[in-house]
Amino acid sequence: MPSQDEIYTKVSATLVEALNVDEDDIKPTSTLQGDLGAESIDFLDIVFRLEREFGIKIPRGELFPESIFQGDPEFVQNGRVTDKGIAELRARMPFANLAKFEQNPELSAISDLFTVEMITRYIQDKLNGHTNGAVNGK
Amino acid sequence: MRWIWIDRFVEFKSGQFARAVKNLSLAEDYFADHFPGYPVMPAALMLEGLAQTGGILVGEANDYREKVILAKILQARFHGEVLAGRQLIYETDLVFLRPEGASVQGRIFAAPPPGVSSTELERVADAEIFFAHLDQARSQQIFGDHNFVFTGELKHLLGLVKATTDHKDGS
Repeated sequence: MPSQDEIYTKVSATLVEALNVDEDDIKPTSTLQGDLGAESIDFLDIVFRLEREFGIKIPRGELFPESIFQGDPEFVQNGRVTDKGIAELRARMPFANLAKFEQNPELSAISDLFTVEMITRYIQDKLNGHTNGAVNGK
Repeated sequence: MRWIWIDRFVEFKSGQFARAVKNLSLAEDYFADHFPGYPVMPAALMLEGLAQTGGILVGEANDYREKVILAKILQARFHGEVLAGRQLIYETDLVFLRPEGASVQGRIFAAPPPGVSSTELERVADAEIFFAHLDQARSQQIFGDHNFVFTGELKHLLGLVKATTDHKDGS
């Protein structure tokens, strides 16, 4: 089982390839979209590369869920994620660190959850056999 | 001008590999400007030809049900330039295919210039090309049922190779 550092190093290398960024620009807290300039199509590419790099299968929507809330007013009100919405996020993305998001749960800030350390944690869970059972069934 | 940047397929293994050729004729419009007196094939158009070769490989693997669009080219390295009068050879290997998209590893060669006795192919470029299946990758947008990528001409190209050779598995 690779250590967390080894996983992080491989995740960084994957992002260097997929996003054409400098390794020096990648930090654990770097957000994929804001800091590293990822676009929607890059998320697909990152998933493909992680699968190859780690020899795992990443079901669609598990690492990078799409449209979690589907405009449901129980989850989102006035552009802010409700408590129920946060619970849903936690269930769908147990590997994401929601601490900062919870302080100011603007819907638009969800993309900031996608960080390098989030991917690292996801891969670590995956390699340990702990996967998120509640996968978007699409 | 028709947007077809390969002349024909010469080998096709469904879901695995495709090889196509493109003859560079001085009669083609772009050589008038690229460049006057020095007709060199634009690198971007070589990539387009390679992407069409790979795109049809990807599209055929799903029986043309998906709208296969060029999503990104991560890396492309060019080793030399090719002038009018020569033939380009596009090779693509399918690296992976998933519901949301696919990627191919591509290589471009130039056949020896006419009149040269060597048979050695000249390596012109390498590129990894990433394709998305439009409706699957952008599920929030509706692009309709009509598959505007594989409308006819691109699909018919493959018919040419089937008509002349039969490398395709299971056909």
